[in-house]
Amino acid sequence: MEIVFAIAIGVMAGSGIWLVLRPRTFQVIIGLSLLAYAVNLFIFGMGRLRVGAVPVIDPLTGSNPDLYTDPVPQALVLTAIVISFATTALFLVVLLASRGLNGTDHVDGQETDRE
Amino acid sequence: MGSWLQHLPVLPIVLPLLTGAALLLISETRHRLRTTIALLATLAQLLLALTLLAISGAHLPAPWNGEIAVYSLGNWAAPFGIVLVVDRLAAIMLTLTATLGSAALIYSLARWERAGVHYLPLFQFLLMGLNGAFLTGDLFNLFVFFEVLLAASYGLALHGSGVARVKAGLHYVAVNLVASLLFLVAAALIYGVTGTLNMAELALRVQALSPDDRTLFDIGAALLGIVFLVKAGAWPLNFWLPTTYAAASAPVAGVFAILTKVGIYALLRTETLLHAAGSAAPFGGEWLYYGGLATIAIGSLGILAAQRLERLAGFLVIVSSGTLLAAIGFRGTALTGPALFYLVSSVLGSGAFFMVIEMVQRNRAYAADLLAVSFEAFGLQDPASDTEHPDETVGLPIPAAMAFLGLTFVSCALLLTGLPPLSGFVAKFSLLAAAIAEAPGGNPLPSWLLVAALLLSGLAGVISLSRLGVRVFWSGERSTPRLLWVEAGPVAGLIILCTALALGAGPAMEYFMVTAESLHNPAVYPNAVLPADAGGTGK
Repeated sequence: MEIVFAIAIGVMAGSGIWLVLRPRTFQVIIGLSLLAYAVNLFIFGMGRLRVGAVPVIDPLTGSNPDLYTDPVPQALVLTAIVISFATTALFLVVLLASRGLNGTDHVDGQETDRE
Repeated sequence: MGSWLQHLPVLPIVLPLLTGAALLLISETRHRLRTTIALLATLAQLLLALTLLAISGAHLPAPWNGEIAVYSLGNWAAPFGIVLVVDRLAAIMLTLTATLGSAALIYSLARWERAGVHYLPLFQFLLMGLNGAFLTGDLFNLFVFFEVLLAASYGLALHGSGVARVKAGLHYVAVNLVASLLFLVAAALIYGVTGTLNMAELALRVQALSPDDRTLFDIGAALLGIVFLVKAGAWPLNFWLPTTYAAASAPVAGVFAILTKVGIYALLRTETLLHAAGSAAPFGGEWLYYGGLATIAIGSLGILAAQRLERLAGFLVIVSSGTLLAAIGFRGTALTGPALFYLVSSVLGSGAFFMVIEMVQRNRAYAADLLAVSFEAFGLQDPASDTEHPDETVGLPIPAAMAFLGLTFVSCALLLTGLPPLSGFVAKFSLLAAAIAEAPGGNPLPSWLLVAALLLSGLAGVISLSRLGVRVFWSGERSTPRLLWVEAGPVAGLIILCTALALGAGPAMEYFMVTAESLHNPAVYPNAVLPADAGGTGK
């Protein structure tokens, strides 16, 4: 499980970085989203991967911490998802404004001579 | 009454949050009501910050035990709950934010506030993010408040719209989003290794890590340092800064002058806490010191090359960041007190400078054109649209406008380059004196490098400011710009504050030195934050 998880993070982060470095604004925003997914999975993984363990204490299961997974990273992921969602939406607005004002989707607002 | 005072530390966050939310609900057409609310809330924050400053400095009786106020949200004790911590450093930064915020807000009431929608709520959210970042006692909330202030700053940087702003804003948003993701990786890594995000508990736990975990922690700390350096505008992570600051509207750029100092604050806070455990790479003195010197060098080159006053001001901000980084990274702790003095003086000076240059360059018609366009675009009523010369009917024009502008321009130049008699000189002189005093023990080279960097960057500033100043003031083709009292007042206020800082340099420096001492005493912060059974004393 760990190796699949790690490869998934690596592939998403790698693709995200490559896209962020591309000259089109749409590629940048997709790259940022992929990076955010990778980071969210990474935070999740930092709580140690467990199968079949819940983060919230269940009266039927008892209070032994060994039966539960770490709840803090899951709470952090929740916050991180909300924030990255909001900032991506905001970036989308800037992207559209830039496209409308400059008539091009290049990140510098103008085409370079060679592509 | 006593129980109400217990809640003082949380008010600088709650007040702007509620004000911003309330302002969102009030229609943009109820202009007078909105500005009154925003102004009162910002002045109340200034009052709050001053109270906290006085309490931290023991000038007022503290409603809590000990010098450092620890506010547990929901009354959950420290390692488990979220805490806000007010020590002297936090109080200084809060006061600085509120002072600059008030000045910029009053300045923007003249016209910038109406150049687009939602200026006032965004401004309050920016203040909330800044206050929160200075108050918070744990790493993840530092991230959250960074995001709050950044999200507000994206909106403010684009305020007024226009091609230049959108272009600069796009880069600014992209750079900061990537930095935020790095912050998350760093926070997760640090949590995964140490099992805590509370900065006080972190300081204690790091010392007990196994070598393997320690390597992982160092990687996390290094990423964290990179994030803070991006925010602080350290070379080579600062190429977005001059363009964004030059493109932003004047009051926004003025209040942005403190944004880079949030990065400096976070570096200083984490560096002093982790110092006992042997700091990791970017927090280690050497890296920070040489990074600071490189930032000063590149900033000085930028100053010499700048053709426009706005870009010049951006590079001056970079140089002040570099100076602070070099001073914090300098071996030993002697430079921290003077560095704090420099921080306060340079933030006030550059804030005022951004507003002065907008007034000086008012004759260039594009700002007015832009305003007219945005009035139309957002369907807002231009208050003076029925006259040909709007400025003549709004407020009282100052007869000696040009004299005032010249005087404030020179004052800002003196402040930012560190020439006597204003507080910039006191700050730079005390930095130089402390650096030279450190020279005899051990290797004298770092001291002299710092002295050379400070003096040369000051020289570059003087050359460039006088060159552009001559062009602006003596070119003879410009007519006298009309100023309003609401615009001239805050700028004059900031400069008078700097004069007061120079006159009261003794007591002020004493406050900063005590702040630096308590920062560098590794036991103070954890002892105050953590209860007795978690490694602190709860006092």
